[in-house]
Amino acid sequence: MRKLLLDGLLRRPLTEPAPAAEDGALAELAGAIRRRLGRSLSIRQVDAGSCNGCELEIHALNNAFYDLERFGIRFVASPRHADVLLVTGPVTRNMREALERTHAATPDPKWVVAVGDCAVDGGLFVGSYAVAGGVSSVVPVDLHIRGCPPSPTALLRGLLALLEKAERG
Amino acid sequence: MTALTDLIQEGRRVGDHRPWPRAAVDAAAWRAAIAHLARGDWTLLDLWGEPDRVHMAVLDEPGSAIATISLDCPGHRFPSVARHHPPALRLERAARDLYGLEPDGLPDTRPWLDHDRWGLRQPLGDTRPVTAPAPPYRFLPSEGEGLHQIPVGPVHAGIIEPGHFRFTANGETVVRLEQRLGYVHKGIEGLIAGSGIDRAAQLAGRVSGDSTVAYGLAFALAVEAAVGMQVPPRARLLRALMAELERLANHFGDIGAICNDAAFAIMHAHCGVLRERVLRAAEAAFGHRLMRDRVVPGGVAGDLGAEGATAIRALLAEAHRSFPPLVALYDETASLQERTVSTGFLGEPLARQYGAGGFVGRASGRTFDARRLPGYTPYDEFDFEVPVRTDGDVNARVWIRIQEVGQSLALVERILERLAEGADSGSPVLATLQGGTGEGSALVEGFRGDVLAWVRIGSDGIVERCRLRDPSWFQWPLLEAAIEGNIVADFPLCNKSFNCSYSGHDL
Repeated sequence: MRKLLLDGLLRRPLTEPAPAAEDGALAELAGAIRRRLGRSLSIRQVDAGSCNGCELEIHALNNAFYDLERFGIRFVASPRHADVLLVTGPVTRNMREALERTHAATPDPKWVVAVGDCAVDGGLFVGSYAVAGGVSSVVPVDLHIRGCPPSPTALLRGLLALLEKAERG
Repeated sequence: MTALTDLIQEGRRVGDHRPWPRAAVDAAAWRAAIAHLARGDWTLLDLWGEPDRVHMAVLDEPGSAIATISLDCPGHRFPSVARHHPPALRLERAARDLYGLEPDGLPDTRPWLDHDRWGLRQPLGDTRPVTAPAPPYRFLPSEGEGLHQIPVGPVHAGIIEPGHFRFTANGETVVRLEQRLGYVHKGIEGLIAGSGIDRAAQLAGRVSGDSTVAYGLAFALAVEAAVGMQVPPRARLLRALMAELERLANHFGDIGAICNDAAFAIMHAHCGVLRERVLRAAEAAFGHRLMRDRVVPGGVAGDLGAEGATAIRALLAEAHRSFPPLVALYDETASLQERTVSTGFLGEPLARQYGAGGFVGRASGRTFDARRLPGYTPYDEFDFEVPVRTDGDVNARVWIRIQEVGQSLALVERILERLAEGADSGSPVLATLQGGTGEGSALVEGFRGDVLAWVRIGSDGIVERCRLRDPSWFQWPLLEAAIEGNIVADFPLCNKSFNCSYSGHDL
């Protein structure tokens, strides 16, 4: 372990420079965020029916290359600690109530970010008896980050846009 | 002659099912099959429905044979397999929910996937409107002094898929864990039925995101078997390359995440870097980090370029350099071993009874690997080992992954060599899909275990029916058994060492 730790000190960090906030996301967020949060966002992730692909890439945000926490953004275990709900999936009918209750448990002010193509409008799963639709058909959405799944960089650009808006107030 | 081939010959062969036989049998033969399963002669691979029929895929491992048997259920009833062979229990509860098929003698008649939220009953069978709300879901009772319950989920405290766990504990010790799943049921079977092959392939690739290559491959092989077509040899090599990269990415991720659940974050950080490197190599080689929609019926979506091959070679060099010290770190850290050794034990009899695939089965003495049996090209052209252990604990499941990483790295290297030597470089890697009809099945070894696919292709290239069975169907119930007697705080560790899929199971 000592050698691994020493290597970590001596080698250049793997972490990549911060990408720019996504323009489209900044436009979508116009007027949505009114309160200054400082550089701190707490995110509660909710899988409302995804295939788990989006979760894999959201996980990757925590690895050494993307290092989400350097931006003051972190994942929290409870909606009661969260500013942002990061919701994936076409919302299944079996998850609808759980999403609504998680949303209700998140204190105001709060933002909802829908992640992945399915989260926009249900994607490929539209028309199924088991699917309620996109996230916005169940809870109000402030920002969509598209992709199947979106890459960690795309996720980061969207989240940075949210933070930037929050800063500008 | 094995008992399985006898059974098939007594039934009415369905002429165009490939590569293994499917036969329509009568209730007596169905019961005979149940007896073989209950005795442990055969392994249940899957049980699924159609509106007026029930199917069961079984494996005769000593006889190296797989067959599907089907029973017509004009009265929507069939003799329950689960009554004598518990691994069929959740499958029968699901078939009951989706198709309205009633297993006679089913020991547990609570709904499984139907949470009373669809607005209709039996969505894939004789659909009916909901006339009365379903009674509240009753968890199995645990009685005794000092027992308390801990409900967890469906929304969990991490970046995890949703499901409900109901623990009954005596102090710290878990007396019973009961799972309730189905929250991410998307109705994929229903969406695929009646759609074209392209759309069906996309849906198949979205059953379980971490196994998108395995599902794409299983679906493609089943379609190709159904219409009786061959894919270019180079495409088969590229498919195996993607499948092994997917295995590597998931195993690296899992090894780190298991250690993280024992609060050993340095392994998580370093394994996370390795996982990211695999995904980046996949992006460079195939244009998508998870390689989604890259395996398609007929071949693969694109060939491997020089740049992609270089990226994968660099990945191999990096993995050979940085993974062994991590393995040594895992092995030499007593505080970590203290958490993983003897925790979450699963014995060989249960692993065999449930036909547990992947690292869950192989850590508990079950040698099965779909790359060997039924086997598919190009794995018959490469030597590789299937590691097996019998200690059956969290540590064993970590070690199976570690050893499989070694095997996959070697396979990737040899596949790259073969691709470079190949005289067919630059030739098409996607054959035009022929317009045949028929039925096909496939069993593919994903990182988590064997994925089964079955399709029936009708005229005009329409997928009339499709079944996709995740290995988790047989692993989830074993987690309930493995956690018994462990402390609640070790549940995340046990759960991660199984790493069952929610979406793959809920479908």
